[in-house]
Amino acid sequence: MALHGSYYLPHKATQPILGSIGLFMLLVGFSNYLNGSDLGPTMMWIGVGILAYMMFVWFGSVIRESVAGLYNHQVDVSFRMGMIWFITSEVFFFAAFFGALFYSRILALPWMGGEGSALGVHTHQYLWDTFKNVWPSNGPGHIGGKEGGEFEPMAAWGIPAINTLILLTSGATVTWAHWGMLKDNRKQLIIGLAATVALGFLFVILQGVEYHEAYSEMGLTLGTGIYGSTFFMLTGFHGLHVSIGAIILTVVLLRSIRGHFSSENHFAFEAAAWYWHFVDVVWLGLFIFVYWL
Amino acid sequence: MSVTAIHDDHHDHGPTKGFMRWVTTTNHKDIGTLYLVFSLAMFMVGGAMALVIRAELFEPGMQFVDPLFFNSMTTLHALIMVFGAVMPAFAGLANWMIPMMIGSPDMALPRLNNWSFWLLPFAAVMLVSTLFMDGGAAAAGWTLYPPLSLQAGASFPFTIFTIHILGISSIMAAINIIVTILNMRAPGMTLMKMPLFVWTWLITAFLLIAIMPVFAGAVTMLLTDKFFGTSFFNAAGGGDPVLYQHLFWFFGHPEVYVLILPSFGIVSQIIPTFARKPLFGYSSMVYATASIGFLSFVVWAHHQYTVGMPVEGELYFTYATMLIAVPTGVKVFNWMSTMWQGAMTFEAPMLWAIAFVVLFTMGGFTGLMMAISPADLQYHDTYFIVAHFHYVLVSGAVFAIIAAVYYWLPKWTGVMYDERLANLHFWLTTISVNVCFFPQHFLGLAGMPRRIPDYALQFAEFNAWSSVGAFVFGFSQLILCYIVVKSMRGEGEKATDEVWEGASEHGLEWQLPSPAPYHTWEHSPHIH
Ligand code: HEM
Ligand SMILES: [Cu+2]
Repeated sequence: MALHGSYYLPHKATQPILGSIGLFMLLVGFSNYLNGSDLGPTMMWIGVGILAYMMFVWFGSVIRESVAGLYNHQVDVSFRMGMIWFITSEVFFFAAFFGALFYSRILALPWMGGEGSALGVHTHQYLWDTFKNVWPSNGPGHIGGKEGGEFEPMAAWGIPAINTLILLTSGATVTWAHWGMLKDNRKQLIIGLAATVALGFLFVILQGVEYHEAYSEMGLTLGTGIYGSTFFMLTGFHGLHVSIGAIILTVVLLRSIRGHFSSENHFAFEAAAWYWHFVDVVWLGLFIFVYWL
Repeated sequence: MSVTAIHDDHHDHGPTKGFMRWVTTTNHKDIGTLYLVFSLAMFMVGGAMALVIRAELFEPGMQFVDPLFFNSMTTLHALIMVFGAVMPAFAGLANWMIPMMIGSPDMALPRLNNWSFWLLPFAAVMLVSTLFMDGGAAAAGWTLYPPLSLQAGASFPFTIFTIHILGISSIMAAINIIVTILNMRAPGMTLMKMPLFVWTWLITAFLLIAIMPVFAGAVTMLLTDKFFGTSFFNAAGGGDPVLYQHLFWFFGHPEVYVLILPSFGIVSQIIPTFARKPLFGYSSMVYATASIGFLSFVVWAHHQYTVGMPVEGELYFTYATMLIAVPTGVKVFNWMSTMWQGAMTFEAPMLWAIAFVVLFTMGGFTGLMMAISPADLQYHDTYFIVAHFHYVLVSGAVFAIIAAVYYWLPKWTGVMYDERLANLHFWLTTISVNVCFFPQHFLGLAGMPRRIPDYALQFAEFNAWSSVGAFVFGFSQLILCYIVVKSMRGEGEKATDEVWEGASEHGLEWQLPSPAPYHTWEHSPHIH
């Protein structure tokens, strides 16, 4: 059977069941840990190990099949569409947390502060008739924060602004690397990618510095009311995605050095770049709505 | 683009042997079978829980279980039926049928397909195991509203992570289905020639990709509220428990359409076959499905009329919800017009499809009643809504799934089922489902709240009827199990390739041999 022009269908996949076992152990272990059982962490780390091994094997087989030329154009299109819809699902995941932020700021807190009673919303009157709504807030109970519930919000124009510059620059370097790829200019590709990866990790480090400051000096923690909750969950999940993106880009960099890609055939590179741009766009949303406004 | 497939096992062109075949398979038919068998098993588990509920409610007073366990039963019953029975059944049907219907050799991403399925048994084990934990299983209802859900015992994180696993599985399945439909169609199979089952699944998959992540986000917030000190749903910290309800129902309302759109697709396949006419108003069916999909995103707060929304909100959600009746009406009209002056015969799939149209429509009407927010203040959280969603889900979604099983079983197994037994199954089920759920309308209107193990004396008679109906319904499903197992063992009259008279005009799947060989459409067919 001619390989050219055929849709490749893999058989006997052992990776998925490994993935299920790994994920199961990870989550059961984590649950046990949360419930205070000693066994939890061990089980969890075994799960993480299995999952990491699964990904190594899974992506390994895909790379091998790709390098062996088993994938035709149509397979490539399937991968592309798959990646686009995966990123779409990630957008909706972040939307849930942005939704929580907007709902609290635009509706819940003002109502608690007394707005909307003409519309039939009576939380203020019955529960906290002395509460005045000012954003950022840790609520009428002043949950978390330093003694007395005080805390400092994160200012936009320090580290966050620098991080914005870093991510935007990294978006440019990854595009520049792509241009290199399209011209079959390996050097430009590798330099561009290396710069992107470096900027990505720099971003994560700076965010670590910012978190440290928040926890140690500003009284701003995950437990600092709704401000702390939305701040850390949004920036935290974003930071996690930056880290994942940077790891993916590192793999792509190593593969570029090994010469896996050509100007025609480099889906993995593009997928990583799309993911990176997605992470970039989410950051812009964060910068505007979490830090700035 | 023309497709030919290559398999890396093309020395032996069949499945490998033994248990590992099922664990490592990437074949869409194998995976479809796995989904369907899993779904049937979960249908039995969830059904057993329903019978615990109905046994307790047979008469007033506490008889068999304590209230906490009763609440666990309602919670797990709903979660298992929605995520373990109905959704996997549709995923199984999608796996089996979509490639065959669009002339594709397999699903676009076969390894991912395997993973989508093989996450489910692990999720099921995790969820069911919570029954044996300190503090019992999740008992706050399938909606997991805080603050009540946060008071669960050891089961809490397990419940949350079950939902994460189910979410990952659904999202991967949805991605696979979209990519298959958009990228794997045979030449000439244009979008507007696709069978409606394929269309409805395409739109369902879009819904899943948009909603499952939001649900995952919402339960993640529950988790951090309980264990990591966040205040998303804690008003003292500036959060709001109602926020959870918005997030949940942003997921939840489209989710109920995830449970019904593929049913619409199935019924739109079956009715034309047995009316021996093309589907009436094909393109209006497509547009109606798309508009239902869109509208399902903007009506969610009709589940929250009683939480104290501003009046504008109540009004908006009332009108928006009633709007959905328009495209739904288009569909019912088209099904009836398809039957109009058709040369109808009433084999089992057609019986179930017709019962679907009638009974689903009744559920739709009670939906319209509850859509009116001032009226819903009376109906909300009573047995009326239990009646509503069982009409749309049991005599809706589940009936459509059973119809699909009878319709395609001969194609899958190569043998015909026993028509007399199937008729018995149909009539027992259809009568008992009404005996079970119809009285619940009256109970609800008279004020009996949902999710309680005991009730006032005046509700006794209707509850007794409902329980009798439930038990007859439950045990009637053993007939289905018997029929399915018999066919899977190849016992029965041999089916023709066309299976149903004239069916080959109604879809590519009927042009394949019965049983469908392990690999089909390795060279894509040409469609005119
Ligand atoms: C004609 C279209 C429909 C309308 C107008 C409608 C309307 C409603 C309304 C207003 C409620 C909330 C009642 C309350 O809590 O007071 C409700 C509940 C529900 N509906 Fe529908 N509905 C429709 C179709 C469906 C369909 C097709 C399904 C699923 C297949 C469905 C499943 C449910 C479920 C599961 C609930 C209860 C959720 C819960 O609280 O646990 N509905 N419906
Ligand atoms: Cu709804």
